[in-house]
Amino acid sequence: MATKIGTPAEQLAQGAAAPVTLSKEEILRYSRHLIMPEVGMEGQLKIRQAKVLCVGTGGLGAPLGLYLAAAGVGRIGLVDFDVVDSTNLQRQVLFGTADVGKPKVLAAANRLRDLNPDIRIDTFETELTSANALEIFKDYDIIVDGTDNFPTRYLVNDACVLLGKPNVYGSIFRFEGQITVFGYPGGPCYRCLYPEPPPPGLVPSCAEGGVLGVLPGIVGTIQAAETLKLIIGKGDPLVGRLLLFDALAMKFRELKLRKDPGCPVCGENPTVTKLIDYVQFCGIRGEEAPVITTNVPEITPKDLKARLDRGDDLFILDVREPHEYQICNLHGHLIPLGELASRASELDSSREIVAHCRSGARSANAVQFLQKAGFKKIWNLKGGILAWSDEVDPSVPKY
Amino acid sequence: MSVKVMIPTPLRAYAGKKDSIEVKAGTVAEALTALTSQFGDLKKHLFSDDGRLRSFVNVYVNDEDIRYLQKDQTAVREGDTISIVPSIAGGARV
Repeated sequence: MATKIGTPAEQLAQGAAAPVTLSKEEILRYSRHLIMPEVGMEGQLKIRQAKVLCVGTGGLGAPLGLYLAAAGVGRIGLVDFDVVDSTNLQRQVLFGTADVGKPKVLAAANRLRDLNPDIRIDTFETELTSANALEIFKDYDIIVDGTDNFPTRYLVNDACVLLGKPNVYGSIFRFEGQITVFGYPGGPCYRCLYPEPPPPGLVPSCAEGGVLGVLPGIVGTIQAAETLKLIIGKGDPLVGRLLLFDALAMKFRELKLRKDPGCPVCGENPTVTKLIDYVQFCGIRGEEAPVITTNVPEITPKDLKARLDRGDDLFILDVREPHEYQICNLHGHLIPLGELASRASELDSSREIVAHCRSGARSANAVQFLQKAGFKKIWNLKGGILAWSDEVDPSVPKY
Repeated sequence: MSVKVMIPTPLRAYAGKKDSIEVKAGTVAEALTALTSQFGDLKKHLFSDDGRLRSFVNVYVNDEDIRYLQKDQTAVREGDTISIVPSIAGGARV
């Protein structure tokens, strides 16, 4: 294929339409793509003209953004409302220590522009909602879902189905990832697989959160590979197949996904015909929900400190997991919430008991459970060990 | 028949921290009953109060979704693998 050579600036001067040629510098930059017949000039020009939206610039969005920018995807949109914090750096390789405190989309855009100054980066520093999703999605060819919660995933799915755009899906939990392409013509969508999000309270306990830092790297990179394959139209896209990855066993498995004719959004008689906002709740993302059980007796960290200093006989019950106890503790008696029912006999109901966890959610459940079991003198430490660190002893590390 | 039930990471805490469990069963329903009788805490994560499989949990025999086979009456044979696949949501907060 003959190529017209021009600088990116000259190409931009030719008008708003995406340039259909590569500059001499771009030819050199993308030479490892160009010398491969599966990509070649034709594929690289498709990549140059592609418009991809990354929903989420966290663990999955980081490798995804980096590889799409490096590959020369002409226009990349980034949606995220969050700011970089130091706990992100363990896995969100887009960001450096100097980015802590900056809006993620801005830090990400800076990094991607440095990586590839020839591409256009759009930033949307906003929460994705039913009110803005269609408007944000409409300019892009492919949507990549790197979010961390069920409400947003259903929103991304439904918007993709309504707009007829493919949704490159990846999700992670601890050591395990799931990857597929939804919303491909004739293929299934997320609701074909799971018609409704799980109700609050039934997702596995917050205590089980956490993620191996490299896992989103692997899953996000697979999403990047699928995105590039969709753009160049080569290979077998991950459509109708759910790829499961277990980093502990280091195994990939593949399950069949089918388009469900009864699917509420992409089926024959859809019941979801516009976007719905599901209420936020504690997802499987290693964070605890705000305490829902507010009707249990509480004690503030300051009051607890005052009573301990006074020499009151208080029994501290820590309902976190043993590996959390190793991070920091208040020298409490450790009974993980999941074992409380079988180990309640270790507790003396005649003593005053203060239960705590990380943020106060699990221990509220513990207090409620023990009240039902007949314990009368029991309190929940308000805000957990995090609040203790904030209000009483800053030497206690937060996690 | 001895079949292997694969336990996903989020549910391992309710299944003795195991990643797979061998059970004797002739159907998916029998396999899941064998599993929940061994690990009672799993029951509420897999089934709603009316005993139906929860909508955010799918079950596969080998690589096929039982919703497109005979649902929980799907027969299993010696050496089959049953996978429990719940929806997981981790990634970035948006």
